[in-house]
Amino acid sequence: MKMPLVTETPAKPVPIPDEESRPFFDGARQGVLLLRRCRACDVFMSPTGGIGTPLRPRCVSCFSADLEWAPAGGKGTLYSFALMHQLYDPAFADELPYNIAVVQLDEGVRMTTNVVACANEDLWIGMPLVVTFERLSEEIAIPRFRPRCR
Amino acid sequence: MKGRTAIAGLGITEMGKVYGRTVTDFAAEAIALALDDAGLEKSDLDGLLINANHSPEMAPMLQMSLGLEDLALISAMSAYGSSAGTMLQYAAQAITTGQASAVACVYADAPLSEGGSASYAYSGRGIGSDTGFASLRFAYGDYGPANTSYALACRRHMHLYGTTHDQLGTIAVGQREWAQMNPKAQMHGKPMTLADYHDSRWVVEPLHLFDCCLVSNGAVAVIVTSAERARELTQPPVYLLGFGQAAPGDNQRAEREPAVHTGAKRSGELALRMAGVALEDIDVLELYDCYTYTVLVTLEDYGFCAKGEGGAFVEDGKLGPGGSLPTNTGGGQLSSFYMWGFTPLSEGVIQARGQGGERQVPKHDLVLVSGNGGTLNWHSTTILGGGTG
Repeated sequence: MKMPLVTETPAKPVPIPDEESRPFFDGARQGVLLLRRCRACDVFMSPTGGIGTPLRPRCVSCFSADLEWAPAGGKGTLYSFALMHQLYDPAFADELPYNIAVVQLDEGVRMTTNVVACANEDLWIGMPLVVTFERLSEEIAIPRFRPRCR
Repeated sequence: MKGRTAIAGLGITEMGKVYGRTVTDFAAEAIALALDDAGLEKSDLDGLLINANHSPEMAPMLQMSLGLEDLALISAMSAYGSSAGTMLQYAAQAITTGQASAVACVYADAPLSEGGSASYAYSGRGIGSDTGFASLRFAYGDYGPANTSYALACRRHMHLYGTTHDQLGTIAVGQREWAQMNPKAQMHGKPMTLADYHDSRWVVEPLHLFDCCLVSNGAVAVIVTSAERARELTQPPVYLLGFGQAAPGDNQRAEREPAVHTGAKRSGELALRMAGVALEDIDVLELYDCYTYTVLVTLEDYGFCAKGEGGAFVEDGKLGPGGSLPTNTGGGQLSSFYMWGFTPLSEGVIQARGQGGERQVPKHDLVLVSGNGGTLNWHSTTILGGGTG
């Protein structure tokens, strides 16, 4: 007799690359954190201007349109963090409260992510972090950060 | 332009869990109430400014639903929570230059539905697409982007300056006390102690539930006209004395710290300069308060205290009833209702007129109203003149 399936953990959202974000996700799958860099003035910047906005068309500093994907070193420090207690997505039910972190990369760019391999109570602003890639599917890996020695 | 225009009418609908009505219906009622309040007719309006928000109804087509005809000024404007100030500024400029004579400015929303979740309405789904970079944050569990990003900002301030939950809680408790004197407040009849604040659940730590604003169905409208005309109408004119806007820029660049240094500084300076008054002259403060932290950081950036000292500044309860700096006197977004920038604006009008009843601040010649959009990204300041103007 077949056992009825009584519990089912819903799957966590897996990012779906589109044309403009594909290089970023290709990099992540290969273990490389890609940022945008200006060929004219060498400034690094986050790929987008914020939530829900497309790829930056121009350099945030000199306004050149000559931007490229460039690897970041993957090191940074914890700029701030918050602990999510509210359940928006049942897939995260077992992890509450989980952290949302802003990491300040050595390239001078801040990015929102999670810190892994660190209990919530051990998080501290300024802690040294290094990128690590978590594979969510065959196609997709995402950058998260873990503590590192100074 | 200083003092050449005035708010002549104010309309506030029922607020909160009011179900079964469209955003357009709320907007229409608020405008009707504001017209009645001013002693004007629909046909007197020649301008309509709509505060664009999540609702597709807050768009220029609203004119047709309302049956407004022969307008000389029409726009849906958005700088998120700072829009109320930017709309007033545009209306005042148009009236001063003779482009329009009576402009309705309106905010309406109906994010709450019976049996639906308020948090879903503001979960951030639908901001951008669910593919590409926009889909990355869901993999991190970064839902409810406003709660999270303000929590991150607040944590940063706590880290840099030692700001405490007792201090943030004092803001929430003070505003709840004000709300007990405001029959329109959703938290009227629901007093709260500092212990209640501490006991409220975490939403996104370090934000307790009572650090976060309400979510409301309803609408607010004001009618802006020339000062001259306003003096002939029903209500005491509330003069528009000063405006300022500031949008400092990118959150993601390491050389800037917009979570801690906001546009309130520059927008406040611009508005005070235009009004020709000093910070010490302000009688009543109506500050955008999507979170308790927003109030604290705005006070610092306006210069009521030094950067980093906001916590110690508010700790004695000076913002609450009987305090030396009456702030968010209707309960604010935390304890009255959440109509973006029209929450502080509406209470500012009530106070400037001297119509606050039990909660009226005795001296109300100058009222400072702030607006704040995004995560401390866009700021507006408006100085209202009441009393004798």
